[in-house]
Amino acid sequence: MKKEPFLKMSRREKISWQKRLMIRIAALLLSLLVCAGVIFLLVRMNPFDVYKAIWDGALGSERRIWITIRDTMILLCIAIGLAPAFKMRFWNIGAEGQILVGGACAAAAMIYAGDKMPPVLLLVVMFVCSALGGMVWGMIPAVFKAYWNTNETLFTLMLNYVAMQIVTFCIVFWENPKGSNTVGIINQSTQAGWLPELFGQKYGWNVLIVLVFTVVMFIYLKYSKHGYEISVVGESENTARYAGIRVRKVIIRTMAISGAICGIAGFVIVSGASHTISTATADGRGFTAIIVAWLSKFNTFIMLAVSFGIVFMQQGAVQIATQYGLNENASDVILGIILFFLIGAEFFINYKVERAKK
Amino acid sequence: MKKALAVGLAAAMAVSMTAPVYAEGEGVAKEDLKIGIIYIGDENEGYSAAHMAGIDEMVKNLGLEDSQVIEKTLIGENEACYDAAADLADQGCQIVFANSFGHETYILEAAGEYPEVQFCHATGTQAKASGLENMHNYFTNIYESRYVSGVVAGLKLNEMIEAGELTEDKAKMGYVGAFPYAEVISGYTSFYLGAKSVCPSVTMEVKYTNSWASFDLEKECADALISDGCVLISQHADTTGAPTACEAAGVPCVGYNIDMTSVAPNTALTSASIDWGVYYTYAVQSMIDGTPIDVDWCKGFSEGADKLTPLNENAVAEGTEEKVKEVEDSIIDGSLHVFDTSTFTVDGEEVTTYEKDGTEYVSDGYFHESEYASAPAFDLAIDGITSIVE
Repeated sequence: MKKEPFLKMSRREKISWQKRLMIRIAALLLSLLVCAGVIFLLVRMNPFDVYKAIWDGALGSERRIWITIRDTMILLCIAIGLAPAFKMRFWNIGAEGQILVGGACAAAAMIYAGDKMPPVLLLVVMFVCSALGGMVWGMIPAVFKAYWNTNETLFTLMLNYVAMQIVTFCIVFWENPKGSNTVGIINQSTQAGWLPELFGQKYGWNVLIVLVFTVVMFIYLKYSKHGYEISVVGESENTARYAGIRVRKVIIRTMAISGAICGIAGFVIVSGASHTISTATADGRGFTAIIVAWLSKFNTFIMLAVSFGIVFMQQGAVQIATQYGLNENASDVILGIILFFLIGAEFFINYKVERAKK
Repeated sequence: MKKALAVGLAAAMAVSMTAPVYAEGEGVAKEDLKIGIIYIGDENEGYSAAHMAGIDEMVKNLGLEDSQVIEKTLIGENEACYDAAADLADQGCQIVFANSFGHETYILEAAGEYPEVQFCHATGTQAKASGLENMHNYFTNIYESRYVSGVVAGLKLNEMIEAGELTEDKAKMGYVGAFPYAEVISGYTSFYLGAKSVCPSVTMEVKYTNSWASFDLEKECADALISDGCVLISQHADTTGAPTACEAAGVPCVGYNIDMTSVAPNTALTSASIDWGVYYTYAVQSMIDGTPIDVDWCKGFSEGADKLTPLNENAVAEGTEEKVKEVEDSIIDGSLHVFDTSTFTVDGEEVTTYEKDGTEYVSDGYFHESEYASAPAFDLAIDGITSIVE
């Protein structure tokens, strides 16, 4: 006789959105509870004090709110760039490199053309250069994939290191002072090539640019013919071919878009936030954005919420590090636990778990 | 338009009312003081750890509460530094320190925006030129302690020559440098001159890691120098990488910042180190007294801002302690100048003039290092040192 398992799992046919939301909220609450336990066990501190410090760090003052918004927008922009590639099942883990190349193009324009053209034109040139730089960086692995079926995961990953070396090489020429290996703030006195204020807000343009991308990418993926082609190629290249879709063209075109948006994220970082370039310009955000894109199932509006959540935790981390002398790794632990539960919740959304009937 | 003006005025008033009280000649009450500090690393990184120790010392010296100090760790050399500085000012800090060279432009940015807050930046060079009254640079005469640590190294070489372990012409030292610019060049030149003052035949080879703190790179670099025939290693980089390599190879070494005997108990001679507490105490005391803080602050042995870590009895040559005392004393009383131009040559010629930013550094027979600006200025390639820039 076959032994019946104690618990039985079956695939859910369908699930109402209310139920889905409930499962996710339950997961979030559970994760916070576990975090509280971990915090208390490890450092013997009141977990609510720690939560409050995280809240303060991210939203405690107007400046902190704007920093959180700024970083959310940058992470979101990268995730938007990654979304079409991942929807096509093209494993673009090269966002870091695409951001760096885009950022380096923007910095180059700032440095070499800073005093040679009117500010608005300069910004346009920087924007276009970054997009082109990122696009080229994204298209190289796409062309190889489309024509020779190379492994894009390795290819894009390796290009990150190439991009890093290019930036290191550029820094040799741009460093200030000589030999210090840092570029410092570019055009500090003239502010040429810096994104200006919008509606009196320092980071107004960053928000506007990224929000436009959010809407456009949502429509592009969901309602355009291109978007449909991307999802068909993602499901099965053979089906796509059978349906008369030119797979090579779709792969290259999609990666061009993906790379260009990541390049523009580099522009937003360099022109709208740091005003410098270094190998740490991307700062791992190209990888974090992958989680953002997947958790949101490529819905750009959900990406906004997820990006905010992650940046919120990162900013909170700085605060608990200063306030309680906890190492910043503490917030990585918290974020890790929360992500574990949220990703785990997807299982309960897709599957039903029941006590096996006798 | 009118409305906008009214809002603007109201905002300006609100800001001016909440701004921390600070005026020339009228200090901040001790209990109202709030001090912010921005570190490139955290307690696990030697350079930042030395600054943290300095801050603790200041808190103790002045009898402040720990809660009056807000420390931000692991702040990179990018917009995060500006964010941190502005956030500290928002929190009501009257004085903000930053400890990494690359923080400077971001601190300048914040200093321009918060004229009522004093900003002090370690190892930087731009305070004087910026013209901002609330921007300051600080450093110590680290070349003095490097020189003395060089003497310790030179005595060790002499001992090895006497013991027949090597011949005079093989006395080559290796130096693990971070980046090829003035701070590092000034440092290794003073170290070399210290060694040369007791061991005239010594030469030195310098290699760079192009990183301030990388254990692996520093270890590899030290290994490469040892296989190039270097019989003693020193460093201007922040980790224990070089001494770890030296301990494995049995090569004596001179460290930086911290005592290296924990990783190299048999080979670490001593380390050139800085006591940052002297400056922090001075700067915060100035806030209490309401006296201006020096635009460029740079002190050395005589004020206790520089020192050597305890000599390792297992490794140093006999008589080192007495000699160190003698050299330290002559630096303090001014009879010995580290960059005495009669002790070195550049391309076979004695240096008689050196101008930087419109200032003549050579006079009275020596190079006046760190007297006109707190950051090191000496960047000449002197004879006897081979610098390998890859």
